[in-house]
Amino acid sequence: MIRMKPVDVVIVGFGWTGAIMGAELTEAGLNVLALERGNYRDTSPDFIYPRNADELAFGIRGDLFQPLARETITVRHGLNDTAVPYRQYGSFLFGNNVGGAGVHWNGQHYRPSPEDLELESHIAQRYGRKFMPEDMQIQDYGVTYDELEPFLEHFEYVCGTSGKAGNLNGSLQEGGNPFEGPRKREYPNPPVRSNYGAGLFADAARALGYKPFPQPSANASQVYTNPYGVRLGPCNLCGYCERFSCYMYSKASPQTTILPVLLRRPNFSLRTQSHVTRVNLDSTRKRATGVTYIDAQGQEVEQPADLVIVAAFQMHNVRLMLLSGIGAPYDPVTGKGVIGKNYAYQMMSSISVFYDRDVAINPFIGAGSGGNVIIDEFNSDHFDHGPHGFVGGGYILGGQTGGRPIQQLLLPPGTPAWGEKWKRAAKESYLHTTGVQTHGSVMAYRDRYLDLDPTYKDAFGLPLLRMTFDWHDNEYKMTKFLTDRAQEIANQMKPRQTSATVRQPGSHYDVRQYQTTHTTGGVIQGASPETSALNRYQQSWDVPNVFVTGASAFPQNIGYNPTGLIGGLTYWSAKAIRETYLKHPGPLVQA
Amino acid sequence: MSNKPRSPSRRDFLRQSMVAVPAVTLLGSSALAPEPGHAAPGTGAKTYAPRYFNAAEWDFLQAAVDRLIPPSEDGPSAVEAGVPEFIDRQMDAAYGHGGYWYMQGPFVPESPATLGYQLRYTPREFYRKAIAAIDDWCRRQHGKSFSALTHEQQDDILGQMEKGQIKLEDVPTDTFFSQLITNTKEGYFSDPMYGGNKQMGAWKMIGFPGARADFADWIEQPGKAYPFGPVSIEGEQS
Ligand SMILES: Cc1cc2nc3c(=O)[nH]c(=O)nc-3n(C[C@H](O)[C@H](O)[C@H](O)COP(=O)(O)OP(=O)(O)OC[C@H]3O[C@@H](n4cnc5c(N)ncnc54)[C@H](O)[C@@H]3O)c2cc1C
Ligand code: SF4
Repeated sequence: MIRMKPVDVVIVGFGWTGAIMGAELTEAGLNVLALERGNYRDTSPDFIYPRNADELAFGIRGDLFQPLARETITVRHGLNDTAVPYRQYGSFLFGNNVGGAGVHWNGQHYRPSPEDLELESHIAQRYGRKFMPEDMQIQDYGVTYDELEPFLEHFEYVCGTSGKAGNLNGSLQEGGNPFEGPRKREYPNPPVRSNYGAGLFADAARALGYKPFPQPSANASQVYTNPYGVRLGPCNLCGYCERFSCYMYSKASPQTTILPVLLRRPNFSLRTQSHVTRVNLDSTRKRATGVTYIDAQGQEVEQPADLVIVAAFQMHNVRLMLLSGIGAPYDPVTGKGVIGKNYAYQMMSSISVFYDRDVAINPFIGAGSGGNVIIDEFNSDHFDHGPHGFVGGGYILGGQTGGRPIQQLLLPPGTPAWGEKWKRAAKESYLHTTGVQTHGSVMAYRDRYLDLDPTYKDAFGLPLLRMTFDWHDNEYKMTKFLTDRAQEIANQMKPRQTSATVRQPGSHYDVRQYQTTHTTGGVIQGASPETSALNRYQQSWDVPNVFVTGASAFPQNIGYNPTGLIGGLTYWSAKAIRETYLKHPGPLVQA
Repeated sequence: MSNKPRSPSRRDFLRQSMVAVPAVTLLGSSALAPEPGHAAPGTGAKTYAPRYFNAAEWDFLQAAVDRLIPPSEDGPSAVEAGVPEFIDRQMDAAYGHGGYWYMQGPFVPESPATLGYQLRYTPREFYRKAIAAIDDWCRRQHGKSFSALTHEQQDDILGQMEKGQIKLEDVPTDTFFSQLITNTKEGYFSDPMYGGNKQMGAWKMIGFPGARADFADWIEQPGKAYPFGPVSIEGEQS
């Protein structure tokens, strides 16, 4: 085994949260090394036009994603089933290479609602404990919205997020989201203009008495310089955004917001093609000594470090904790143990909205987030759940992110999948169709978790992560309620026809259908080592010189896209490391 | 099902006259060197010689994809758009070799369909195995291979495959149908540099501007018809 020179901090994975930690901890004067399993890449020469406008390569084959041939996960629906590998991409997509999934995300940039962070206490207080099904296992984050607000804001300013505030210091603002938690400042950039489909949605929603607002978007609406001094350019709604890189320097990614500054710092280094296989512990198993990785030549390398940041994306974080033996693995029968606990996901539904030929939707004019319109009346606890009997909710979105024909061609109900009628429908519908989507939360349950698979291995011979997951009634109720509201808006849009896709009670989780890459939990944060893997600062209860960033920390999922909260939590954790941990290395919260 | 020989229809005529156009005209100035390999037998596509598929497979593929996206006045058929060429070229790409997929065993094909693809075949192996099995079935049922049947018979067989009603040993026909139709639509709508969507015909049919990818001026004009035709990655214009 090769042994490298010790560093102060080693960061495992160099995507969104790895880049944030790199910036923050080098600023504190530490000697920081990031290990990334993939390759280096940057806007130029890797993301340039016209190469990025290739639906087959990026949208369908997934050339930017983690190659499943080398590593995937296995999936089963229930505790007594045998899991089989997720062999082809469908339900969710993993990032790879420098920038991680931050390169090919949409940029839908949200904050959580205040009650999302204290969900268990909030639900118990407002509706009583009995309101939660017996096997629902939701918890508080251990950090409140007010504590997190400056960090959520900072990440928005780093990303140059474009939007309209709905609540500035408690005063409601016309045109923004009236349900959001109070923010201290406006968004750094004004909203991207609505695409036409989103505009039709906004009019209909307003007519029904809702308060539509522009989706907060990390696709910049104008030229902008962020707090690191890095510049973004205006988005041109190219229609090749989610699953694709951005050639316009408009989509916030580690490359467009942090790396130009971080990579030049003398106390920072990046080692690519370095696949970390475990965090090493000393004989007490209460202290990490560094990590082991496999380099490009296939050699095992030991990298000593005083502080280890696990930032490899939610699923990979869980797997690394299990492979390293940090924290007790979760046992779904007893409910004891913490690593792998509370895996959650999201539940989406969609309605295609078909117009006649005189309505030019031009679906190809779209951005991953900018230009779409939202209503938030039915998210979080923005409405009285009492009569409806479920916990959670989601937002409803109108508009489209692009009109890429292999993946995004929407056809009227009853159209056959092939033949002359299919072709005629494709021709007649394509330019005149938009969509309404619901984006809903999923709660945590005793029998939904992650562990190591007993059978299947990755390219290095290490066990794959195994997911045990299926839908619960609470989510079926949630999605039905949300989709009914969405359908009312779609009808109000006065289309020729609509067609809804909604998950029906009794159906199973289907890995073939893309929903979101908003997978959460498994290394959750919380108030006590009995119930969570991390304390409120994302520090391991068991091994205090290990911090774990990313959505693995979410005790259950929210109805919003996660990265706004992920970024905020990472800055919050970094501040605790800088201001408290470095002075007294040890637990930041006494167990 | 009737076994009457298929009569030359207007569609066949259209299809054959279209595919007889030499590749050079189709692709404009980027002249294609003639491909090595055996000449394509059967109907159509004299201009592209497959590298992976053998003669019988090539006949099947052309016949099948041209029923999935048949010729009509709306726009190009799959064969006119070069879909068989696209699929053949994909067979030699990482995709055809299963390079994008996790292909370690054990394989449990009887897993619930909701857990996704669980066969041991890479795409190229699946085509090889399935086409032979389907042609064999067609010969047993109808006395002819798939490509020699009437359009009505072909449509009927494809419909049965789609629903998994044709039971063949080791070849779940619904899974194969799903691969076939997925690759057909990929070839039809992807950038022409991959061999399908010749002259961006499928993009023109629906009104997709291809690789233009810049609508800054258009976001200010919501609801206005977009006037420009497609461009491709290699700079083809319309
Ligand atoms: C198509 C798509 C669209 C999305 N859209 C949105 C959106 O609109 N809004 C939103 O909020 N979120 C969105 N997301 C999710 C968002 O991308 C993630 O939440 C975010 O990138 C998570 O940051 P991270 O640092 O945890 O992981 P990542 O950014 O994925 O970074 C993890 C890095 O770790 C590396 N790595 C993994 N394992 C190892 C190892 N063993 N050794 C070394 N390196 C390793 C990976 O290669 C990767 O570079 C989207 C995701 C996808 C895929
Ligand atoms: S839509 Fe905008 S942000 Fe997204 S990739 Fe295109 S230019 Fe970049």
